[in-house]
Amino acid sequence: MKQVFSRPASLKDVQTHFCPGCHHGTIHRLVAEAMDEFGIRDRTIGCASVGCSVFLYGYFDIDVVESPHGRAPAVATGVKRARPDTIVFTYQGDGDLAAIGTSEIIHAANRGEDITVIFVNNTTYGMTGGQMAPTTMPGQKTSTSPYGRDIKNDGAPFKMAELLSNLDGVAYSARVAVNSPKNVIQAKKAVKTAFRYQLEGRGFSFIEALAACPTNWGMNPLPANQRVGDEMIPYFPLGTYKNTENL
Amino acid sequence: MSERLFIKGNEAVAMAAIEAGVRCYFGYPITPQSDIPEYLSRELPKTGGTFIQVESEIGAINMVLGASAAGVRAMTSSSGPGISLKQEGISYMAGSELPGVIVDIMRAGPGLGGIDASQADYFQATRGGGHGGYRIIVLAPGSVQEMYDLTMLAFDLSDQWRIPALVLADSVLGQMKESLVANPRPKADLPPKEWAVRGRGEGMQQNIVKSLYLGDGEMEKFHWKMHARYQELAEKECRWEEVQTADAELIVTAFGSTARIASTAVAMAREAGMKVGLLRPITLFPFPKQAYAALSEHCKHFLDIELSTGQMVDDVRLSVARDADVAFYGRPPGAGSLPTPEELFEQIRKVYP
Repeated sequence: MKQVFSRPASLKDVQTHFCPGCHHGTIHRLVAEAMDEFGIRDRTIGCASVGCSVFLYGYFDIDVVESPHGRAPAVATGVKRARPDTIVFTYQGDGDLAAIGTSEIIHAANRGEDITVIFVNNTTYGMTGGQMAPTTMPGQKTSTSPYGRDIKNDGAPFKMAELLSNLDGVAYSARVAVNSPKNVIQAKKAVKTAFRYQLEGRGFSFIEALAACPTNWGMNPLPANQRVGDEMIPYFPLGTYKNTENL
Repeated sequence: MSERLFIKGNEAVAMAAIEAGVRCYFGYPITPQSDIPEYLSRELPKTGGTFIQVESEIGAINMVLGASAAGVRAMTSSSGPGISLKQEGISYMAGSELPGVIVDIMRAGPGLGGIDASQADYFQATRGGGHGGYRIIVLAPGSVQEMYDLTMLAFDLSDQWRIPALVLADSVLGQMKESLVANPRPKADLPPKEWAVRGRGEGMQQNIVKSLYLGDGEMEKFHWKMHARYQELAEKECRWEEVQTADAELIVTAFGSTARIASTAVAMAREAGMKVGLLRPITLFPFPKQAYAALSEHCKHFLDIELSTGQMVDDVRLSVARDADVAFYGRPPGAGSLPTPEELFEQIRKVYP
């Protein structure tokens, strides 16, 4: 019998600790598939961040360095400059990348560091218990925005894929989602493009993946998945915002 | 034979880093240490190394963390306000058992303070500086030659013990010019960096550099392991200098630039017939307790001098015999506060038994 589906070799054979309906696992898988398909697992270094995403090393069978909150792009810069022959990626959440780590992400992108950033945007701080994130949507209730996010008080959500696309050092910037088979297939293509650009030495590549956090949204997995399509995608449109393929 | 140069202390640090094989320097401009990034921006690329002027001190120390995790020699430098910002990264490096060299050319504080020489960051340096309960190796040069020699030593000690190392100098040592013999890097038998992330390779184990310990008892175990390492470090790596201590009735103790001024005052005291010696700690962590303990068996009078209201004096008092007396004279940092040899000689006369 022909096997048509299996665990990517870049992922370990372990049970997930992520909550039911969480999209981290799907995004992990897409990154692992890209590594397998390019045959780069043995020379890839992951830079974990702070939050649920820190457990990168528990799932990926690769070398990993843990970064302080928000600093993964700086840590990745150090790794890549020290070992230019490796493939380096960061995996960061929205609080990590778009709040406390704003400086590090913008400057790493602007330098055109030859790294790939996987940015998981679930509009909340997951690990600390669902506080308001820089990407929390207008009116969205969280444990620190109990009356809903007020643009006047808190500012508008960051649209990172668009923001970074304006910087010359960025070779690729795209926003994807994993809430439907169609979107997963699109997301896989984008993730592969991001890693391919690094392999080709084109510069900084950025993937923003919209994700569900049912636990902190106070929703069951199915409605949470539904929310990604109904509320998030209209506000955070999917698409490629920067592509230097033909430059 | 090595040639004799006439250069600034900051340049000596930068030269030593290159001689020690630094591959990556990440820094941010701040007075009075900017000669270090300036020198390395010019010279490090010639050796194939990486120089980045980073957007922030926080970014810089985290790049050091990344490069060091990847197994190469990496370094940053700054002064008080910048060193405060780096404490986050230093804590993570200590927690991840990563080597790395940080150079602190102290200036006056707190806050923006000023650019004059200071020793008021002794506590920040020797008590870890960041959160979580850890120590780092602290080396205190007293001359341009030592700025060079101790920077090279910092890399070796840091690699050997897997503890970040701080070279703690001040604007006097950083900015003054002296003659220097640029000795070649000493041979050191250092352990291979088998823990580094470099891509796991075919059939190899996954390497993880991390400071998160959530398992039952894991964090506690880590603390006791590091505690034992700090104790072993204290047994093996303490360094200090003694001048005319054998017959001394009073021992003056000071580190760095203050020790240089104090040594002139000690010579003046000898000239005046007083039996005065000098004890200059070179490692501030580990603190050379044993030198104070041994000397205070016979000499019961100490005078600690610092460019602060008194910080190292706490360590001196904890190190001397219980019946020894430790006097203190301090000039807190700021414009015009650097003491003269005559001023310190006067203090010696006051407390001389």
